[in-house]
Amino acid sequence: MAALIFFLNVSKAQTDSTKYRKLKIDEVNFVTSYYHQNGQNSAVTGGIGDERLDDSGNSIDLQLSKFDKKNNKHIFGIELGVDAYSSASSDQIDLNAITSASTNAISHASSHDVRISPSASYLFENTKHNYSLGGGLSFSNEFDYTSMGTNILFSKSSKDKNTEFSAKASVFLDTWKVILPAELRPASPNLKYNQGDKAPRNSYNLALGLTQVINQRLQMSVLTDIGYQKGLLGTAYQRVYFGDNGNNAYSEKLPDNRFKLPIGVRANYFLGDRFILRAFYRYYTDSWKLTAHTAELEVPYKITPFMSIAPFYRFNTQSGIKYFKPYKEHMLSDNESYYTSDYDLSKFTSNLFGLNFRVTSANGIFGIKQLNTLEMRYSYYNRSTNLTSHLITLALKFK
Amino acid sequence: MKKKTIFIAFGCSLLVLTSCKTVKPFQKSRINDAEMGLASRKIEKYENNFLLYREGASGGNGGKTGGGCGCN
Repeated sequence: MAALIFFLNVSKAQTDSTKYRKLKIDEVNFVTSYYHQNGQNSAVTGGIGDERLDDSGNSIDLQLSKFDKKNNKHIFGIELGVDAYSSASSDQIDLNAITSASTNAISHASSHDVRISPSASYLFENTKHNYSLGGGLSFSNEFDYTSMGTNILFSKSSKDKNTEFSAKASVFLDTWKVILPAELRPASPNLKYNQGDKAPRNSYNLALGLTQVINQRLQMSVLTDIGYQKGLLGTAYQRVYFGDNGNNAYSEKLPDNRFKLPIGVRANYFLGDRFILRAFYRYYTDSWKLTAHTAELEVPYKITPFMSIAPFYRFNTQSGIKYFKPYKEHMLSDNESYYTSDYDLSKFTSNLFGLNFRVTSANGIFGIKQLNTLEMRYSYYNRSTNLTSHLITLALKFK
Repeated sequence: MKKKTIFIAFGCSLLVLTSCKTVKPFQKSRINDAEMGLASRKIEKYENNFLLYREGASGGNGGKTGGGCGCN
């Protein structure tokens, strides 16, 4: 932390003396969160069983920039994320395990793990012709999943900067180490992958966005993300129990491709001098016949120009995929090609609500000169399947 | 039902677009407020992450549509 503040000071000094030339640190962001979840529909045990999960997420990102001789801006970003989690359900990949995640005496690597995700990005901003061009690389690794991603993006603003079009194409080339339920190892009776195999999962996304300033108080955006995934899309260690197969389970089986089409609309309105209305709506559909509607409203209230408190509420309803059935409701005699008992893909409604607190100051917060913004957010989530969760996040921005 | 939805969406879009005004830079004090930003925010990063795992729908919000994690 001390080193960071030192570099920010040096950076500021350089900015003053060599404006528009040298690389400087624009901002540094820390985000830390704690997530706790409870439920009784674990997919690992076929739609029944403990879904308790704890996750601690932490990330730091640095944004640096410089201006070249033509007054174009070059922005560089680097980020490192580290998530540590413990999961009661993952500990049930082997049902004969004596210990559990709750005692910290784990039986599998899967019952607790660390996910590390570094990424880097570059953006070129042509200030004369109002366009930006950039790209990024990302990597992520956890005990059974490795991801390599890349993206390119382009955006163009109108002369008055009231309209902006953006396009971002991204590719994730992921590899999933196949882990079967312990009783099915080493060879899967229903999947084409066996224990320990490396299965691919590739994702291709194209995001297109249009942002428009409507008037002095209102701006809106429309965003669509066309997504296509191919490879192992089911989770091999999630069980499905059939009603006519006793207590013998199979791995869940899902199609090896999925086409997704979400369309989101966001509108932010400054009401009077103290209220802001942040509204969002999304319609989603995919090739697994899941459709969803999501609506969200957040209302920041400015206690002072630099401090705000914002209650928020989000409602989501989804139809569920056509391959889902609860515990023992699938029948082997039905000869279904695909089946799952994962409640994340079932029909449900969910509510998310909470409070966001934000304070910002150009002169520093709590006597720390470089601390520009402090933000805290708490959210509570409940699903009609009786899954509940709490999330608390702290974000600090240093400038 | 579908026709009605399309009609309402079209009507709303028309209403919004016709109410667009040219807003000059010096008139953007409210639009440029940090909390008026339309992009996804850092503080929502982990919230969006867990929703990606817990729900079947994704994308359309400036976050991920898929890939990069063992999520839906």
